[in-house]
Amino acid sequence: MSLLGFRKLKNLNNIFSMLKIENLHASIDDKSILKGLNLEVKAGEVHAIMGPNGAGKSTLANIIAGKEDYDVTAGNIELNGEDINELAPEERAHNGVFLSFQYPVEIPGVSVTNFIKTAINETRKAKGLDDMPAKDMLKMIREKSELLEIDRKFLSRSLNEGFSGGEKKRNEIFQMAMLEPKLAILDETDSGLDIDALRIVANGVNKLKSKDNAVIVITHYQRLLDYIVPDFVHVLHDGKIVKSGDASLALELEAKGYDWIKQELV
Amino acid sequence: MELKDKLLSSYVAFENRVEINSDVHEIRSKALQSFEKLGFPTKKLEAWKYTSLNSVLKQDYSLFPNKEVAVELADVRKYFIHDIDTYKIIFIDGKYSSFLSETTHDKIDVCLMSHALTRPKYKAVIDNYFNKIAKQDNLTSLNTAFASEGAYIHIPRNTEVQKPIQIINFTTGSEAATLLQPRNLVVVEENSQVQIIEKHQSLTGNAVLTNAVTEIFADKRAFVDYYKIQNDDTNASLIDNTYAEQKSNSVVSVHTFSFGGNITRNNLNFYQRGEHIDSILKGITIIEGKQHVDHHTLVHHIEPNCESHQDYKGIYDDRSTGVFNGKVVVEKEAQKTNAYQKNNNVLLSNKATINAKPQLEIFADDVKCSHGCTIGQLDDEALFYMQQRGIPKKEGRALLMFAFANTVLESVKIPEVKQRISKLIAKKLNVDIGFNL
Repeated sequence: MSLLGFRKLKNLNNIFSMLKIENLHASIDDKSILKGLNLEVKAGEVHAIMGPNGAGKSTLANIIAGKEDYDVTAGNIELNGEDINELAPEERAHNGVFLSFQYPVEIPGVSVTNFIKTAINETRKAKGLDDMPAKDMLKMIREKSELLEIDRKFLSRSLNEGFSGGEKKRNEIFQMAMLEPKLAILDETDSGLDIDALRIVANGVNKLKSKDNAVIVITHYQRLLDYIVPDFVHVLHDGKIVKSGDASLALELEAKGYDWIKQELV
Repeated sequence: MELKDKLLSSYVAFENRVEINSDVHEIRSKALQSFEKLGFPTKKLEAWKYTSLNSVLKQDYSLFPNKEVAVELADVRKYFIHDIDTYKIIFIDGKYSSFLSETTHDKIDVCLMSHALTRPKYKAVIDNYFNKIAKQDNLTSLNTAFASEGAYIHIPRNTEVQKPIQIINFTTGSEAATLLQPRNLVVVEENSQVQIIEKHQSLTGNAVLTNAVTEIFADKRAFVDYYKIQNDDTNASLIDNTYAEQKSNSVVSVHTFSFGGNITRNNLNFYQRGEHIDSILKGITIIEGKQHVDHHTLVHHIEPNCESHQDYKGIYDDRSTGVFNGKVVVEKEAQKTNAYQKNNNVLLSNKATINAKPQLEIFADDVKCSHGCTIGQLDDEALFYMQQRGIPKKEGRALLMFAFANTVLESVKIPEVKQRISKLIAKKLNVDIGFNL
């Protein structure tokens, strides 16, 4: 009883905080990449993380998703008030974390449809649910593929194999739509997209957004933020968030580049 | 006593059990001499460089197990492909089980080698085909010397056999160690088709060594579709010597699924004697522990305008070892040959080994021959990607491995066999997921 009560209280304290990262330090092969990063994301919010190459943007995304190559040397990550540092990537996924990969991996021999079916049913299994009935699955696949303007033929192809850059990214957002995550992290989803694909992807993300989920958009450029308008913009530099603001900060960065921020820090 | 001496000295006892005043026995006697001269292969022979039989030859094998052991259908049913109607030629400890079998003489002959070797009605076929393509090498000679029982399949011309034929060799473990030497003959005449599923199954943990020889003859436009399911107990070793001779426009396909056993050696030899022949050799090997699987293939392109397709996939865990030695010979006359060979391997452990050796001997100048051999690990990035989408690591690994092996499975033409193999793979990979790729 007391344990349950304690947990409830802890959840209450964080009731509005979906993701809370405190003083996160991380390294790979003894090279320090994140150096005391703080970030708080609440349900219903869209955050953009911008910054120059090598600032640690993708590292942050991978660490939230639980990639094992990185050592978290200090700090912690909470998802809905629960410490997720010890959770495997699939457990984080089952808890609602979705990462749209900057470079989606090709998996020859596994079709898009069967991959997503397996992903959904493994997630349901983890929650003690039975497999999704085939009829419901097909209906959902049809709806979500229409949303992303994905050709049906595309769904029977091997996952990401021989896909164009745009197809890969659209397929990522299609999977996001199917899995309905609480926290979606879009890592450079705009790279490799032409303007039409960008619009389709952004439209998809916007339609999936609700007061109950949150989106972190990691991007190098302002372009995507014309379509997915952030509530907050953070500048990541040398492993830390050095500046935060509203959507106008992204425009300022677009106009002035990153150097002025670096100079401000000196 | 060494196994070789034991075999030689038991030959008198063997001769008491078979008809010795016959052409067949002359062939057997010659083969015995050949075995006496050659003995068992050792690692000094190039063809056996990576496979040592020492440990399996040390056992004190019972050569002619003759204890009657009752086997209930309920106990062995799971080893059959039982969701389709099939002919069945079933042996228990090398002896025919009429109870478990379903043979036929209705237009086609699906029956016993012991009958075929001794009854006059089969003499013409035996004279024409028995031991005609089997090599005179050590282990084939040994099998020939003691050839007396096995499956005999004769399909006359213009006949499409309506249901597959299952050949299963059970060993009951009634003896501490059992040596079996089944001898099969498959003759498929012009325009005829047959599908065969073959399995060796030990019912206990007692040692078994099987030295099998199968000769397949495919006449003009014949179609032979052969599946070998090797998923035996880890104390059972198998040396499978299969020979196929093809005439013009025939297709012979052999799929070998090696998931079990102690030492498994597959010697698969194809001889193309005609034009527009297609020879298909495919296999999936998934082993762990100290298991060893060796695929030795030979495709002999003798005449022009023929094809061969080889695709072998291997997944090796723990200290398991694999060998792939794929030899393609293209004779000078065999112009316009298309010969493809693919051998891809995944090593799941630092201690697992694969020895891959493609051998191409090409004497014609207008041919297409390709071979590709890869050895790799599972892609960690792909695993992370799958985990990120909620697929646990174990299931993700299984899915990757299944996808890897799937190019071989795709060409399995009997859906029930395909399903059985999928289930065996899932079981082998210790996951409970349906692979509907």
